[in-house]
Amino acid sequence: MTDEPRSPAAEIWRQLRRHKPAMVSLVVFLVIAAACLAAPVIAPYPFDAINLTGIRQAPSLHHLMGTDDLGRDLFTRVLYGGRISILIGILSAVLGTGLGTLVGALAGYYGGRIDSLLMRVTDVAYAIPALPLLIVLASYTQAGVGSMAVIIGLLSWMGTARVVRGEVLSLRSAVFVEAARALGASSGRIIGRHILPNAVGPIVVGATLAVGNAIIVESSLSFLGLGVQPPIPTWGNLLQDATSTMATNPWLTIFPGLAILVVVLAVNFLGDGLQDALDPTGRST
Amino acid sequence: MTAYIGRRLLQMIPLMFGISLVLFALIQAAPGGPEGALLQGGRMVDARMLDAYRHRLGVDKPVPEQYVRWLGAALSGHLGVSYSSSQPVSKMILERLPATLELMGVSFLLAALAAIALGIFSAVKQYSAFDFLGTGFSFLGIAMPVFWFALILQMVFGVWLKWLPISGTHTVGATSFSDHMEHLVLPAAVLSLRYIAGWSRYLRSSLLGVLRADYVRTARAKGLPERVVVGVHAVRNALIPVVSVMALNLADLFSGAVITETVFAWPGIGRMFVQAMLARDYPLLMGILLLGSVMVLIFNLVADVVYAALDPRIRYD
Repeated sequence: MTDEPRSPAAEIWRQLRRHKPAMVSLVVFLVIAAACLAAPVIAPYPFDAINLTGIRQAPSLHHLMGTDDLGRDLFTRVLYGGRISILIGILSAVLGTGLGTLVGALAGYYGGRIDSLLMRVTDVAYAIPALPLLIVLASYTQAGVGSMAVIIGLLSWMGTARVVRGEVLSLRSAVFVEAARALGASSGRIIGRHILPNAVGPIVVGATLAVGNAIIVESSLSFLGLGVQPPIPTWGNLLQDATSTMATNPWLTIFPGLAILVVVLAVNFLGDGLQDALDPTGRST
Repeated sequence: MTAYIGRRLLQMIPLMFGISLVLFALIQAAPGGPEGALLQGGRMVDARMLDAYRHRLGVDKPVPEQYVRWLGAALSGHLGVSYSSSQPVSKMILERLPATLELMGVSFLLAALAAIALGIFSAVKQYSAFDFLGTGFSFLGIAMPVFWFALILQMVFGVWLKWLPISGTHTVGATSFSDHMEHLVLPAAVLSLRYIAGWSRYLRSSLLGVLRADYVRTARAKGLPERVVVGVHAVRNALIPVVSVMALNLADLFSGAVITETVFAWPGIGRMFVQAMLARDYPLLMGILLLGSVMVLIFNLVADVVYAALDPRIRYD
């Protein structure tokens, strides 16, 4: 019998390992992310190597995903694009989740006026259609990787804020919080050390799903010509370049989209698995 | 119920105020200010002309005064004049709105019908091959970027198979209804995909919960045929949370319409929004954003009211 108490992280990992789609997704995501990260080493060509004698070649052994209008190797560009797309996805998810956690924790813990003010702000942010607002903000900025991540992150905190507020609200009067308060712990310490660790489940799941969502949003903005500016390739940029030659060179449209699809799918399955692993009560169906 | 709706309408006022503040701040933050659009064309503009232009727009007044004037005008339906076409923004929006409402409405109906059918079959035949495929399809539908799905459909059905037109609302010169419907197929399929995926999953899990309820066991014990047990007793109850999610998602549908309309050159306000953005036509952008926000608030209200109307256990008084 192995009845030794396990640390929460070990227990979650044990649960997650039993979730096959999540484990497969984790491996797929890590392989793709590692390949993109190692792009300068493993990519067969420089990302901006123009070869005018070999333009618009269909996929072959020399060019796994074919070449574009300037003879650039698409496989190389998809690898480099992944660096930007995945980076923006992770950065904005971290930013949005952090902001949402902060707002939700303050609103839930202090209640009263602070709560109503913060929740009305959340309602307002929810009510303005997200994508059109993103389009306006992106058109204001000289879109680089940082500004892109900030814009997407700043507009994706509301869901987390509501969930965290609910969790904090229900934990605020728990006995262990009373105990911490009686021992003289400061509000910041109570929130950070006693309450939030108990709400970590929905926060982590939300953050995971936010990565996939941010990758889709970034590619949509790039597709509309508002994303990170060329010559840096992102998956959205590659797709935008491809639209004009869609009929004759379909591979230019298919592969970058597949890259987005596979990564977002993997992240979502991982989120699904985490949800099951972090939820000790219900087996969600 | 009337009192409840009235109270919810009152609660919308501070929200609208907050939204108007955000939108006004967005206008103020526009790079180059309102006169930026005038300068953007690279035309030679001297300082006197610029001052006159700023005066005509009213942007030489203090910011709070500008806000009050803007709000007052917006409340009476005047959303300003478009920089690019010099037409009233409200008129331009009203011209394009029917196309967007048509696309959103058809997509919504399509998504609701498909999701309900898919959700019921998946739940009734839980863990079957159909259920498995449905789950896979849902994950795909949620992970697929809308614009990429649109491009793939254009490629397959428009370019390779040549079955369907890939842009616009009708063939030049053609006026028939069937021609219009052919143009609607792909955009509606693209816009509804995500919601078919999401709602069917939601209905499936809601129905699986309901099928274990006591009243369903009672219905079975009475000897009712399974068709009636599922169709009448279970599905009606399982639909309650799903319907309110559907109404809430109507708001997202507007964001989806922006991309779908752009890819398929569908002449609605979504496409006009992207065009306005490219032309830095800020009054038009803000007008559409304002309309979109009002639509979101109304759909949220509809979601709550539908929920209350469907579920007799919920009383709002």
